[in-house]
Amino acid sequence: MTRLEAHALTGSRGPSTLFRDISFTVSPGQWVALRGANGSGKTTLLRCVAGLMRPDSGHVLWDGQDTRAQSTPFRAELLYGGHLAGLKDDLSAEENLRDSLALRGLRVTDEATQAALAEVGLASRRHLPARRLSAGQRRRIGLARLALDPAACWALDEPLTALDDEGQRHFQRLLANHLEGGGLALIATHQPLAPSPERELRMGA
Amino acid sequence: MSGLVRTADGRLSEVAQGSFGGGFAWAFSRDFKLAWRHPGETMLVIAFFALVASLFPLGVGAEPQLLVRIGPGVIWVCALLAAFLSLPGMFASDYADGSLEQMVLSPHPMAGWTLGKIAAHWTASGLPLTALSPLLALQYGLETDTLAVLAAALALGTPILSLLGAACTALALGARGGGMLLALLALPLFVPVLIFGAGAAEAQASGLSPSPHLSLLGAGLIVAAIALPPAVCAAIRIALD
Repeated sequence: MTRLEAHALTGSRGPSTLFRDISFTVSPGQWVALRGANGSGKTTLLRCVAGLMRPDSGHVLWDGQDTRAQSTPFRAELLYGGHLAGLKDDLSAEENLRDSLALRGLRVTDEATQAALAEVGLASRRHLPARRLSAGQRRRIGLARLALDPAACWALDEPLTALDDEGQRHFQRLLANHLEGGGLALIATHQPLAPSPERELRMGA
Repeated sequence: MSGLVRTADGRLSEVAQGSFGGGFAWAFSRDFKLAWRHPGETMLVIAFFALVASLFPLGVGAEPQLLVRIGPGVIWVCALLAAFLSLPGMFASDYADGSLEQMVLSPHPMAGWTLGKIAAHWTASGLPLTALSPLLALQYGLETDTLAVLAAALALGTPILSLLGAACTALALGARGGGMLLALLALPLFVPVLIFGAGAAEAQASGLSPSPHLSLLGAGLIVAAIALPPAVCAAIRIALD
């Protein structure tokens, strides 16, 4: 069973220690919510789990294997959505989506990309450069990416930011589908989400 | 690991493993597409090179002997400064919009896509500079074979500048006053390339063989291509940490 395990993670930002000895396990079909005030270390914890930052101590295991190992299957299974969307302003919505999937080593047909963009309401705007899209519409490109990427593990940082009600509902549908299909997720969010989390980690407590 | 996977909502897509070549091709084609879509930066580098190299003969006067003497060195200094101008954009925008995080977390090995980005950077800066150099060098009255050696030296030297520059920009990522830091880091490292590059054309002009200089540039290129990508990767990791 591919589980995500964190053992005694301690992380700091500059001189201050944000969290100490945090351990948790996420099993397939479950998601864990990271909650806490601004600046309580949710992003730092997510970045440590994803492997962007090195925790001060502790380690993260995927399928029982350390994710910092050289030939880790973890990165092929991880979809990280940070504060920054990773979109290129000069490329169209469709090109951005296709590039981000290609970077993950996925080959998705044009029809599937267009269908996914239509599903998030960007059908008529898919040829517009990303700079012409609103903040919420840019987020919706990320939703289309979530729908197309078969990654088993989601690590998402405030995925609902700038999304309208319909967009938030769409995200919850995607999350429910993802969990049903045996995926797991670690999500930093302030809002309550419909498939309720297996566990809530309170940061800064 | 490769195969078809049905995503949560029933569409088919393929799970592929990351690879060095896959990362290289992805980064090269994307950066090249971006440079093509937004040619301002490349045009600025080329215009800078062409203008400065054309200003020198006007400034120092039309004395054929003097121009032949300083030609190769001036062209090289102009190319070096133009290459330096193009450096800041290499990683900074990807760092600012979060694409760099996505690249680091992609299944491809880091060395693949960093080399792809460096190759795309060279194609959009070093390659046009090299192609343009014989034309600009004509203003200095250089012989045809000297022009050829100058272009060959630039073809070998500008990729080294892109590789060295990549390591320096990656180190300066996220630092305040990064532009100044970049100049202090990169320009001293460019000096050996300048010496051997300009030396090749000068040797040819004075009747000596340019091959020692060109061989040294070639050796430098091989060493840089092997040794610098790991340094770039380490610097990017530090910048994101």
